[in-house]
Amino acid sequence: MSKSVARGLRLAGLAALIAMAALFPLVFSNPTATNFGVVTLIFVIVASAWNIFSGYSGYLSLGHAVFYGTGAYFLVVASRDWHLTGSAVFWLLPLAGVAAAVIAVPVGLIALRVRRHTFVVITIAVFFIAQLSASNLSITGGSSGLLAPVPNNWDPATYNNPFYYVGLIIAVATVALSLAVRRSRFGLQLRAIRDDEDRAAGLGVRAMPVKLTALVLSAFITGMAGALWVYFIGQAIPQFVFDPLFDLAVVLMAFFGGLGTIAGPVLGALVLEPTQLWLNLQQSNGYTAEILFGALFLVVILFLPRGVLPTAAEYITAGRARLMRHRDRSQPLGTPSAQTPTPAAGSAQ
Amino acid sequence: MGTEITQAIAAGILGGGVYALMAAGLTLIFGVLDIINVAQGIMVVLGAYLSYVLSTHLHLNLLVGLVITVPAMFVIGVAVYTLFIRPLRGSERTSMTLLACFAVALIIEGVLYWQFGSNYVSLHSSFTSSSVHVFGFYLADIYLVGFGLAVVAIAALYLILYRTTFGRAVRATMQNQTAARLVGIDVNRVAAVTFGIGTAVTAIGGAVFGAINSFTPNSGYDLISRLLAIVILAGMGSIGGALGAAVLMTTAEALVDIWQPDWAVAVFYLAMVIILTVRPAGLFGRRPVRAQ
Repeated sequence: MSKSVARGLRLAGLAALIAMAALFPLVFSNPTATNFGVVTLIFVIVASAWNIFSGYSGYLSLGHAVFYGTGAYFLVVASRDWHLTGSAVFWLLPLAGVAAAVIAVPVGLIALRVRRHTFVVITIAVFFIAQLSASNLSITGGSSGLLAPVPNNWDPATYNNPFYYVGLIIAVATVALSLAVRRSRFGLQLRAIRDDEDRAAGLGVRAMPVKLTALVLSAFITGMAGALWVYFIGQAIPQFVFDPLFDLAVVLMAFFGGLGTIAGPVLGALVLEPTQLWLNLQQSNGYTAEILFGALFLVVILFLPRGVLPTAAEYITAGRARLMRHRDRSQPLGTPSAQTPTPAAGSAQ
Repeated sequence: MGTEITQAIAAGILGGGVYALMAAGLTLIFGVLDIINVAQGIMVVLGAYLSYVLSTHLHLNLLVGLVITVPAMFVIGVAVYTLFIRPLRGSERTSMTLLACFAVALIIEGVLYWQFGSNYVSLHSSFTSSSVHVFGFYLADIYLVGFGLAVVAIAALYLILYRTTFGRAVRATMQNQTAARLVGIDVNRVAAVTFGIGTAVTAIGGAVFGAINSFTPNSGYDLISRLLAIVILAGMGSIGGALGAAVLMTTAEALVDIWQPDWAVAVFYLAMVIILTVRPAGLFGRRPVRAQ
């Protein structure tokens, strides 16, 4: 199988996946199914966005809910003050992303001065500052929160569809951006920082601007996702908008699929979010889901520390190599193998 | 007004002792194992619930109950370390251990919700409702008892660290793990016991915390964010620094609380952010945090 055929197959698979995603609400028009679809897409977006910063740079953020919440509150307040309803509200999404990106600049300037543990802890602290502010400021409606605009003239049968398609567009764009970043010089600089920041700096990577750009980019997308979510949910309450479980869920999704890969966070979101939503439907109490969630997290960290996709890719490569050795051995001596080993395609991509 | 301020300072210093104890456990674990135990907050809540069970079902005095809860938390700490932390190796170990601790915290929180529900409970004892009259204001006895307990526990921690062979092994491991291994220290055992000790102090912290505040399984988040702020402010791995930072922060919080109760907690985080922009290694940081 030549390289161009492999690429063609991969593109065809990707197109089929997008087509399937686009047809999903038409086939499963039941509101519960489309509801699952919207929330899952939102997590596809956020997990990919998180991965663009944390997966590529190695700086684990446990505070992305700050950007998510900023986008959410921006949408609620802006649509109220500018009297927007219906589909017009969707035009606020990019602006909500900009609001989150603006918040990301000071956060990054402070937090990115430190590394490793300290960075993670500062992102947690920033998260709690945000939650506290949302509960106490008047612009966010305090602890009782605010109501998002209600698009009440939409047909209840297809109510979820506009959210679904907007989410799908953002999700596809985010994955494309993730791919573009990974293949660019900028992505290479980010991964150099992940591997050894001091050496990268020694080789001329201007670490701070590169890290900050990645964080701002990631925050922009996360803010859009937060705005879409709040419009879909209909209300912004501090403890749900700024939810520590949200941060963990996103990190788990990226880890589950494969940190720093393109398809990994998408796979993680597609598998884990519907599972969690389903569990919540089955068990009205929150704790069963919480215990299972924690246990799954431990299993992934202990047994699949590099994620499903890289681990699977390793198994496939190892299996192929074993097959090749076996074939070589079974051939009579002196006849060179006609098969050239297929390069272990980085199928993790 | 003057009385209010004196009272706030007294409550801040006394309350700071308990936070200092919990933060000391956190910073000890960090110093030896290079792990941030984000489960420390929920461990405190777990310790509080253990005391709650002992006092409601067995009618044990809070202080007597510690004889059971401290070893219990020690065992839990050693078990968590052996099962979930020790197997983690490799270049991503730092972030992996942090996430593993977070996962453990989630499981504990879930189990607590399952067993105790989400209603607020608090610990009661003979000294939780009484108070003493000093300097013209009333101070609840529990603050004094809690502070006393914290001082005793921290003193014990210091004695273990600086007066025993085990403590010397711990300090050696903190300074250089490879060298410690070379001179014959069983680093794995030291790590497991340190994690156990760091967790055991949460039993005391939990008993006092639960007697001062009412709590739910959700209280762990508030606790851990405060503890992390203290430890970062102090400089990771500095036990003495954690004591200073804890007292400083709780006093500042108590003072702000007089005028702005809603924003008092923010003092913790704001102080941390401001200090880190000036001194990334923290106030008493022993080693540069920037070093990889």
